[in-house]
Amino acid sequence: MQISRCRIGLVLLFVSVMLFFPSVAWAGEPTAASNATALDTVWTLIAAFLVFIMQAGFAMVETGFTQAKNAANIVMKNLIDFCSGSIIYWLVGFAIMFGVDAGGFIGTTGWGTTGTFEHLGLEIPLYAFLIFQTVFCATAATIVSGAMAERTKFVAYLIYSIFISAVIYPVVGHWAWGGGWLSQRGFIDFAGSTVVHSVGGWTALVGAAMVGPRRGKFGPDGSVRAIPGHSITLGALGVFLLWFGWFGFNPGSTLSGTTPDIARIAVTTNLAAAAGAFGGLILPWLRFGKPDVSLTLNGTLGGLVGITAGTAAVSPLGAVIIGFLSGCVTALGVEFMDKVLKVDDPVGAVSVHGFSGAFGTIMVGLFAVEGGLFYGGGVSLLITQLIGVAAVFAWTVLTAAILFAIIKVTVGLRVSEEEESEGLDIYEHGIQAYGDFVMRGTQVH
Amino acid sequence: MKKIEAIIRPARLEAVKEALGKYGINGMTVTHVTGCGLQKGKTEVYRGSQYTIDLLPKVKVEIVVLDKDVDEAINLILREARTGSIGDGKIFVYNIENAIRIRTGEMGEAAI
Repeated sequence: MQISRCRIGLVLLFVSVMLFFPSVAWAGEPTAASNATALDTVWTLIAAFLVFIMQAGFAMVETGFTQAKNAANIVMKNLIDFCSGSIIYWLVGFAIMFGVDAGGFIGTTGWGTTGTFEHLGLEIPLYAFLIFQTVFCATAATIVSGAMAERTKFVAYLIYSIFISAVIYPVVGHWAWGGGWLSQRGFIDFAGSTVVHSVGGWTALVGAAMVGPRRGKFGPDGSVRAIPGHSITLGALGVFLLWFGWFGFNPGSTLSGTTPDIARIAVTTNLAAAAGAFGGLILPWLRFGKPDVSLTLNGTLGGLVGITAGTAAVSPLGAVIIGFLSGCVTALGVEFMDKVLKVDDPVGAVSVHGFSGAFGTIMVGLFAVEGGLFYGGGVSLLITQLIGVAAVFAWTVLTAAILFAIIKVTVGLRVSEEEESEGLDIYEHGIQAYGDFVMRGTQVH
Repeated sequence: MKKIEAIIRPARLEAVKEALGKYGINGMTVTHVTGCGLQKGKTEVYRGSQYTIDLLPKVKVEIVVLDKDVDEAINLILREARTGSIGDGKIFVYNIENAIRIRTGEMGEAAI
């Protein structure tokens, strides 16, 4: 086919016009300021996408640490709490968290992100901020499915996930990040050891306590029986995905790709994770004689959770110490839950997110380079941190107890005995996660 | 000597094991099996289409006991494995011609 000369001529004319006027940019003149904003926006979005992959991380950890007969159900719970959270947070939660403040307690405007959010003083687009905050909310929500795994009704969990994302989490978020009373006090929780992780952890504690332990977990004499997970490999994959996502969780909380802080924050994050692994490795090794893979994995996460509050405020050395101690807290916490509290937490969610979250937040009062006790800042920051941890604990435990109590008396919280022993996959969903594999472990519970 | 083969619900395994152990029967072989009997399968729906799970998971416990222990062992298993619902399982009893302990070479009743 011959292209007509007329057409070629037109194309050449067009191209030369474009070349002649280089300043005819399609999107207007870029300035240094608009480039900076663009960088900030792109960074925030990439961080948000990294935090999103933590959903896969949670799903894999929870599946790996529980039995094969419940794997499809765990996957479903993890999928659905993200989806219901995304929608309800956009409609309700975001407004409560970041709407115009009322009494330092709660936000009151911006339902469905309507209206103005000028009071936030955002440089990046509102939607970038919204999606970033949404994945954080979803992180808090998805913590609970692990602690309540293997015996909780799917419909009960679905209802819970709506309310944590609509109310429980956003109120706490408002206190610390939305201009509420904790932020006014100078409470430091940079990326959410308390706001995200302890809220998830304490809700998990209440939920696990109220749904009761798995059948066979505790003997009639109170002895603790191990119910091993079905795939350490999936669990490890989950931990690595979570670690990867945390590089968005912590450095992303600057909301700025132009500040050099993001590099230091990435380093404190990584050091705490590595040190946390040793916390989970060494203590059980000394006490029980062998390095325990699952506790080491939990310890890594505990270190990450612990540093999340102070990731911008502490030095790299502080990060190593906080991470290591958080890993120890996590490992000890798992035993504490089983042997003292007698609350069955199949994946260690309460220890990783609740105990380490609170611990890491308090450590900021000691290790913050500006204002920490160890740096000559006195005790006022430490006291603020303690108050914040305690207040969030009280609010979360109270609201979670009410929520689960209502669910318990309406749709019911726990599956039947028969369902629990045959597996939730078949009864709740009509399928088996590993239909073709013969996945038979050594234990039958 | 007799071999007692009990096909039971997986959830009853621990109780059966414990009861046998208390009585003095500590050696057993346990396998995961699937099977069907009077208990009909389940019909489920996958992506809009029906399918039936005919074979249900059970556990097979095999023990070899002296003749004098056969009745008591069967009673123990019945007591611990019975729930009253269809699907409780079955017990079969076989004659054993010989039993040998590999480590020592002992034969017959001494090997049990």
